[in-house]
Amino acid sequence: MDGSIDLMINMGPQHPSTHGVFRLVIWVDGERIIKSEPHIGYLHRGSEKICESEHYAQIVTLFDRMDYVGNLNSELAFCLATEKIMDVDVPERAEYIRVILCELNRIASHMLFYGVYGLDAGAMTPILYAFREREKIQNLFESITGARMMHNYIRIGGIKEDLPGDFQKRIVEVLDHLKRGIEECDALISKNEMFLARTKGVGSISGSDAIDFGVTGPALRASGVAEDIRVTDSYSIYDRFDFNIPVGTYGDCWDRFYVRVEEMRESIKIIEQAVRSLPEGDISASVRRIVRPPKGEVFVRTESPRGDLAVFLVSDGTDKPYRVKVRAPSFANLQALEQMLQGAYLADAVLILGSIDLIMGEVDR
Amino acid sequence: MIGGIIGFVGGLAVTLKSAWREPVTAEYPESEKRLNLEDRYMGFPALTWDGDVGEPYCTGCMVCVRECPTQCMSAEMKDNPLYPLKSRRRKIIDSFEINLARCILCGICVDVCSFDAIEMSHEHELSKYERNANRADLPSLISMGRDYQKKIGWNPRNPEKNNGLPQVEEGGLDSGAGEAVEVEE
Repeated sequence: MDGSIDLMINMGPQHPSTHGVFRLVIWVDGERIIKSEPHIGYLHRGSEKICESEHYAQIVTLFDRMDYVGNLNSELAFCLATEKIMDVDVPERAEYIRVILCELNRIASHMLFYGVYGLDAGAMTPILYAFREREKIQNLFESITGARMMHNYIRIGGIKEDLPGDFQKRIVEVLDHLKRGIEECDALISKNEMFLARTKGVGSISGSDAIDFGVTGPALRASGVAEDIRVTDSYSIYDRFDFNIPVGTYGDCWDRFYVRVEEMRESIKIIEQAVRSLPEGDISASVRRIVRPPKGEVFVRTESPRGDLAVFLVSDGTDKPYRVKVRAPSFANLQALEQMLQGAYLADAVLILGSIDLIMGEVDR
Repeated sequence: MIGGIIGFVGGLAVTLKSAWREPVTAEYPESEKRLNLEDRYMGFPALTWDGDVGEPYCTGCMVCVRECPTQCMSAEMKDNPLYPLKSRRRKIIDSFEINLARCILCGICVDVCSFDAIEMSHEHELSKYERNANRADLPSLISMGRDYQKKIGWNPRNPEKNNGLPQVEEGGLDSGAGEAVEVEE
């Protein structure tokens, strides 16, 4: 390149803004990134392999730890796969509770993203607001599931235990609080000129490119593709709720950020509908403690906060699965990072990386 | 330009409004004002104590040891010295150890226990001065369990089945306690 020397820069593995242990090697020409190379595997725990030596009920705890921000959504993906292979009908009440909790979890996850993205952009305040809102959800989770993060609440055939007595009162409080909180968070930086200047037109990716890379979830919807598995390939009881799929236009950092803010509002709509029509009844189908699904294989797709979380499960008829393959949305979304970084300023690398909302536990598994 | 200023001032207004809000955080561990644990909070597993008989509920059946995803437990059973006069349990736990540093607080042991013998207590602080202090043995597990039972007013989920008191029926003790009839005479 006419006289200039490319400089290789290491971002990570201990870089504070890489959201986990993740190494990104960047080659720059002046301020512009000409090439980048993600290195993953620092958080590899061999979860998929461990699944092969654990009972089905124990594997739920492993899925908790794959996507450690959207735990309930991960649990749901595995339980849906096992229920599908066993042909179990989950009681209505359990389905509603699952949806309520998963959507709350989605809001909590997007709140975390919102706060951390503020940090990435250099704003210290948003994360304090976001954590305050998220804490309300975590407390509600604690009263329902007994844990703030690693719930092990969604079980094969249903859920662990019924909602506590004061749930109806508390969910109304939490939703009121969240509605105000989301608007407050939105007012805090979404209209801030400095934030807009940093995010608009940065790290764009077109819809067709995103599809080619296998990008899913909010990152794909930001590029204008209205693909949401809750709607397009509905699972559980999501087809009963009325909600929109927020889409962006340009697929830049701003769109990826704002699609998530909009998604929090949509999630609140879903929770309100679900709480209103929460039926009485059983919370779990009668499933034996040691689950022995019949021989066969299933593939189940769910919409986790980060995208298309799919589980491919092969059973050989014993109490342990033969193979569990997880299609992790963060892993697929990470593939598009190189394309997004191409030609961007080095200072924007952190913002672009943050806008994909990576969870390294899920990327490496 | 004007729009930029309005957006910026709007953000500042949000910050300004929160200046008069009550703090949502509590200082830890010095402050008295702790955030409360919910009733269902899952801390470390602990063994429950049967106050009626004066022994733990645990009979050492090992089902929790087998089902634990991280193999953090070990247990041994022995013949119950109180059986059959004072207790209905033929076997009783002899030693029980849980490596709390290895426990992932999943609650599977509680689910699989059919004797109401193990519960997730509210104990959750892991800092210790010695290297092996997180290996909780039987007495410490029982004391954790008794604290928990007292705190939430615990009752066995299945009292008929897991009641430890010998049930005296007409003609002797309940079924399976053949020798007990002689003792009664």
